[in-house]
Amino acid sequence: MAEATHGHDAHGHDAHGAHDDHHHDHKPSFVQRWLFSTNHKDIGTLYLIFAVIGGTVGGALSMIMRMQLQFPNNHVVTSGQEWNTIITTHGLLMIFFSVMPALIGGFGNWFIPLMVGAPDMAFPRLNNISFWLMPPAFVLICIGLVLGESGSGWTLYPPLSNATYEAGMGMDCTLFALHLAGASSILGSMNFITTIFNMRAPGMTLHKMPLFIWAELITAFLLVLSVPVLAAAITMLICDRNFGTAFFDPTGGGDPVLFQHLFWFFGHPEVYIMILPGFGIVSHVISTFSKKPIFGYLGMVYAMVAIGVVGFVVWAHHMYMSGIDIDTRAYFMGATMVIAVPTGVKIFSWIATMWGGSIRFDTPMLWAVGFLFVFTLGGVTGVVCANAGIDEIIHNTYYVVAHFHYVLSLGAVFSIFCGWYYWIGKMSGHQYPEFWGRVHFWMTFVGVNLLFFPQHFLGLAGMPRRYPDYPDAFAGWNYVSSIGGYISGAAFVVFLYVCYRTFTSKEHVADNYWGEGATTLEWTQTSPPAFHSFLELPKVK
Amino acid sequence: MQLPKRLFAALLLTVFSPLAGLVSQSAQAQVHAPRPWGMDMQPAANSLKQGIIDLHNLVLVLITVITIFVAVLLVWVCVRYNEKRNPVPSQTSHHTGLEIAWTVLPVLILVVMAIPSFRLIYYLDRTPDPDMTVKVTGHQWYWQYTYPDNGDVDIESRYIRDEDLKPGQLRLLDVDNRMMIPVGKKIRILSSSVDVIHSFFIPSLGVQRYAIPGRTIELWLTADKPGVYYGECNQICGPDHARMPIAVQAVSEADFKAWVAKNKKAASIAPAAAPIRMLASAEQTAPQEIRR
Repeated sequence: MAEATHGHDAHGHDAHGAHDDHHHDHKPSFVQRWLFSTNHKDIGTLYLIFAVIGGTVGGALSMIMRMQLQFPNNHVVTSGQEWNTIITTHGLLMIFFSVMPALIGGFGNWFIPLMVGAPDMAFPRLNNISFWLMPPAFVLICIGLVLGESGSGWTLYPPLSNATYEAGMGMDCTLFALHLAGASSILGSMNFITTIFNMRAPGMTLHKMPLFIWAELITAFLLVLSVPVLAAAITMLICDRNFGTAFFDPTGGGDPVLFQHLFWFFGHPEVYIMILPGFGIVSHVISTFSKKPIFGYLGMVYAMVAIGVVGFVVWAHHMYMSGIDIDTRAYFMGATMVIAVPTGVKIFSWIATMWGGSIRFDTPMLWAVGFLFVFTLGGVTGVVCANAGIDEIIHNTYYVVAHFHYVLSLGAVFSIFCGWYYWIGKMSGHQYPEFWGRVHFWMTFVGVNLLFFPQHFLGLAGMPRRYPDYPDAFAGWNYVSSIGGYISGAAFVVFLYVCYRTFTSKEHVADNYWGEGATTLEWTQTSPPAFHSFLELPKVK
Repeated sequence: MQLPKRLFAALLLTVFSPLAGLVSQSAQAQVHAPRPWGMDMQPAANSLKQGIIDLHNLVLVLITVITIFVAVLLVWVCVRYNEKRNPVPSQTSHHTGLEIAWTVLPVLILVVMAIPSFRLIYYLDRTPDPDMTVKVTGHQWYWQYTYPDNGDVDIESRYIRDEDLKPGQLRLLDVDNRMMIPVGKKIRILSSSVDVIHSFFIPSLGVQRYAIPGRTIELWLTADKPGVYYGECNQICGPDHARMPIAVQAVSEADFKAWVAKNKKAASIAPAAAPIRMLASAEQTAPQEIRR
């Protein structure tokens, strides 16, 4: 810890122009600051910029998808292989290159040290490499996209992803991209866990830790335990593709279903990895804008712990159709339904936090309330999907697409924007334009609901996912869905405008610009915080 | 815009396809396919799907009530406790009774839901006394249906290209050779694949299972009434994933016997209605482009 602090003294003054009176030495050069950075704030900023780039490319792909699906027998995408590559890359980009970098790398790096009162992360250089593994991964996945050779769906199920059916090196690039992104996540998580366990301010016991820190801690554990399993699976797949092994090839004694088990042992915790940090952010925003402490803090903490633990033993609910034993399916169905209980505890605790509060509806709070609604909706359709019996009809249909977009594309993304509007003043020193923030929220809210709600109908009627063309009966709701897609796309442009207005703003915000409700340690720092914060350790209580 | 025209065409198609079925197929061929602007599951054609629909109706009511309850609470909280109406916030942050209640109540709701769920999956799983067996094999990109206890009748079933569609045939749903089954019999399906994973999925019959190479999965289905039951491949299987629909036709026992007799000798002959369309050994060709 001390070493981290001293190691940075040479970098000196904060280039944002903050009021750090103790250090008057030179600014680090651009290359030193952004390429060799070991400062958690700069790395957090890099992650956030990276997430916006990943989200923009992934979002552009989804616009192409909605254009293709707007009418039956449409010709926006010219081949099935191209289509399959687009949907694969859309999924992987959004998960690994947008939501995770934003919620974990971005907000995690920025606010874990600030909220626990530490000067930096435990391993600053590890932090640097965990970011710099991501751009090469992004390049590799884009090669897979441009070559049009990774058309297996983001789930990468062999045999479709093996060398017989996806022969090109584009598929290998995509697999290596996941290896790099996975290594980045594991390194980052080790850093998070060490920081949170060892560098909390005096007096901040585990049960006094802010909920966002709890969320990131649990997320980091999920990553450390699940990503190696994905790494194993894709290593075996790469060997199958290139070195003549037959782990997943039945003609050589392998088993395609083995891959599904390994993939979903990672894949299911992964969905909680994407939403737990969002839970943390939303908790702080609701508490801040209701001017009340969070309701049922311990219940909230252990609900997240329970979601994390149970999240590891429900993976085969993605595999009800894979011919697994009926008793096994019954177990996974029961276990999956159990997750609804801690999730319900969280939803009700958030509402109870607002109850009796004195609520201000600034943009972050709009996103938080929007989050509660869309996450509830996505949560209850999750209970429908959990039923193995009903899943016979909705497995792999647009019902599932609607469900996971409600919890991720709406839930996790709403929490990202929630965090962005909540903390952008802290991170940049400039406040966002309130009017345009509201426009962004309402356009997104209307757009995404119009986009994804009709997909429930398509799924119930039996429209399979990953189809570039569909029977004419599905035309109506697909048209509505595409209109919603365009509105959401336009909303993203409004967000870019909000970014532009924020960063060109001349106004500077105060240390604690949200006032009495904002009680965590980052609000004791200047906006933006000095290059080195907490030169004197804060005391908690 | 194109949409109204297309929708109208789709509507026409759906309205007239049963009629066309009457003309071209054997009598009373009821069509079980998705409907334009459909908002719910396709109607049940057997007890399996009825079970699924009944459970879904129960679950749907529960989740709708829960969602509306949460939405009403949210709106109430936003209206009642906004800054203007409630300038001084309370500082309550605990209420043990409430916390126990919102843990226990969801558990009870889940139990109510779980009992019929478990019953349903065990019912759907297998049938102890099948009347006959059909082996379903997925290929890139067509289905093969083999009837081991009906003289090894072996047919291949491919989608119909747009230019070959006859009036009344459904684009991306109709096939050249339908899988024929006798009405009311319990059919054991053994699903497998020879290349990649496919999924044998027929919404109106309430069945779906993957077709996985190197593995045979047992499921069962039955059709209560004569008719055509449409489904689609439902697991991504390559460029033509959207072009391997499933059409099951349920006919009387006598018609089925006649069909078997006719197909025993020449392996791949179409039923009277549909034209034969043999694509030159589709497995061997390079991935086909989806738009030609």
